Amino acid sequence: MAKIILDNIAHTYNPDASDPLFALKKMSLSWDDGGRYALLGPSGCGKTTMLNIMSGLVTPSHGKVLFGDRDVTRVITEERNIAQVFQFPVIYGTMTVYENLAFPLKCRQFPEDQIDKKVKEVSEILNLQDFLNNRAKGLTADQKQLISLGRGLVREDVAAILMDEPLTVIDPDLKFRLRRKLKEINAKYKTTLIYVTHDQNEAMTFADNIIVMDQGEVVQAGSPKELFEKPQTTFVGYFIGSPAMNLYECLASSSNEVSIGSLKLKVQANINNSQSKNLKLGIRSEFITVENSFGDNTIQADVNEVEDFGNYKLITASCDDMKIKAKVKREQDVPSEKVILKFPSEHCCIYENNKLI
Amino acid sequence: MSLNINNLTFKPTNEYHLNDITLNFKPGKMYTILGRTLSGKTTFLKTIAGLLTPDSGSINFEGNDFLSIPVWNRNIAMVYQQFINYPHLNVQENIEFPLKQRKMDPLLIQKEVSQAIKQVGLIGFESRKIQELSGGQQQRVALARSLAKKAKILLLDEPLVNLDYKLREGLREEFKKLFSGEEASQSILIYASTDPLEAMQLNGDIIVIDEGRILQSGSAKEVFENPSSAKVAEITNDPAMNINKGSIENGNLILNQDIKFPLPAHLKHMPSGKYLVGIRATDLHLDEQGFNFDVDISEISGSETFLHLHNDEVKCVATIEEVRTYEVNDRVKINFDLSKIYLFKESGELEHSPYKN
Repeated sequence: MAKIILDNIAHTYNPDASDPLFALKKMSLSWDDGGRYALLGPSGCGKTTMLNIMSGLVTPSHGKVLFGDRDVTRVITEERNIAQVFQFPVIYGTMTVYENLAFPLKCRQFPEDQIDKKVKEVSEILNLQDFLNNRAKGLTADQKQLISLGRGLVREDVAAILMDEPLTVIDPDLKFRLRRKLKEINAKYKTTLIYVTHDQNEAMTFADNIIVMDQGEVVQAGSPKELFEKPQTTFVGYFIGSPAMNLYECLASSSNEVSIGSLKLKVQANINNSQSKNLKLGIRSEFITVENSFGDNTIQADVNEVEDFGNYKLITASCDDMKIKAKVKREQDVPSEKVILKFPSEHCCIYENNKLI
Repeated sequence: MSLNINNLTFKPTNEYHLNDITLNFKPGKMYTILGRTLSGKTTFLKTIAGLLTPDSGSINFEGNDFLSIPVWNRNIAMVYQQFINYPHLNVQENIEFPLKQRKMDPLLIQKEVSQAIKQVGLIGFESRKIQELSGGQQQRVALARSLAKKAKILLLDEPLVNLDYKLREGLREEFKKLFSGEEASQSILIYASTDPLEAMQLNGDIIVIDEGRILQSGSAKEVFENPSSAKVAEITNDPAMNINKGSIENGNLILNQDIKFPLPAHLKHMPSGKYLVGIRATDLHLDEQGFNFDVDISEISGSETFLHLHNDEVKCVATIEEVRTYEVNDRVKINFDLSKIYLFKESGELEHSPYKN
């Protein structure tokens, strides 16, 4: 087990082209031993390419892959000590659960007693101990996915378990159980877990560290809280959170004030160059509040719709060209026509050329 | 126009897939069949479409016995989870296919198809091949084909479940607009979903199904506020409503030897005895005066933290409206908002709702 380092990695699938298209643009990233990571982004953002570079299924056209001090850039998958769990459970249906779990160790010719000990230990962690003699094909989808995972866990030399959308086939109410299992395993074995998903909820609930990718680039890496409260780019603001962050084109009227049309809002960012073009103000719908009277950073808007989601209400309002979404408690009274909304200055993020100031 | 389903039963093995279902549908609103995976949603839709024949019961549409009408004459459109399109045809051809089969006037076909393309936002994509489209666009094509058919009954079986998170969010909003307009007044719309938030957002009637049986049907608001049973309360909330065994004795509401409350005034009339006590995750709060709970796992979702907790055999999930980090087995103090307590009989039926008296 070791730190995994991607050193100035880039990848193009057509390196001979004069102007090659990069599926992965040049980047460096390191994955700490024992960390719990999510790789998050929309389809086609390059996350599977990155995963395949780590597992060795793809050799990067540029840069190096290091496991600790060892350069594994050209080392084949079988010799990398990486376990993978895919979207759909990959198991040997005709083998028993026991045989499935023992398989990676048998292949490496471990002694029987050692295999037995390890299989029993891992099956208990995964709550599969009562099914050891059952054929794997008769199990439920989440149990099968646990077997895939267990085959990674029986090997003590595994540097990381890479999971590509592992909960796709799992029922919503079982997803939680499996996520808890993954966290327990991470705590017990200190195995690095890397979880690939397009689903922000899964990424947020699973990982300590989330790497957000877009169009072949890492756009932000950070904790769920950082991604939510201080998205580094407008893409992250849009992609993380439901609904997406409210974003408005604005102009700087001073170093800490912006104007959107005739509306002026105080912000806590320090806008150096008030001439700068392409400024945007972003605010989460969770941070906008309904007020009874005008005050600092308030705005009057027309209520277009109030949706009852049960645990909360979502107000859709508009003011000139501004469309505003505000998430409020279900108990909150919302006037039916005009509403006063407050944009607290500490929650206003300012973006220049789509990057956070 | 009305679709009347009476005592519909389908029992292909020794388990009921549909168990004595009686429902009436009319145009003008969206009906959401809400239930977990394998609860019978798809079976129900397929029975209406004629893809499955029930063992007993009747389906009447506009006074005609539907079961004696073959699939192709039922004038039904269905959109599936998987994006089903003709891969060798382009967008335009995919949408006009069923109309050509009907040998409709080409001018009329053109009119219907271009209207449907406009409705689903695919203008400019008419001559694209299906493979050149994203998942979201493919599902729009399937939807447009259904809309162009001008079917009297439109069945949507979790149409968004296989889409990227962000696409799902956007398309759901569009669906809602699309189906609250003219379409809704001319067709019967039935939408199957596992997601309580989706059902709330669609804001029509919610029909709760479990193990092939209808547990409750009513407006989204009514089902959310007054779930008819503990099971319904679990299915219609995400996270599921916390349900624990408890009792009322000597003027106290007791969950276990630790967690006891003097009965608040609004519950004083409740007779002593055993109950199932329900409370939503959002109605549990961190409170220094509260009860001790141990953390099983904490999950962060950007703006909130979900704490999975237990105190002895009392288990619950609490939504904390800020981001906090907890480790497994940390101790927290939690209080219950007693004004939001639900009481169900031991058998599950609703006895007290905070929204009814």
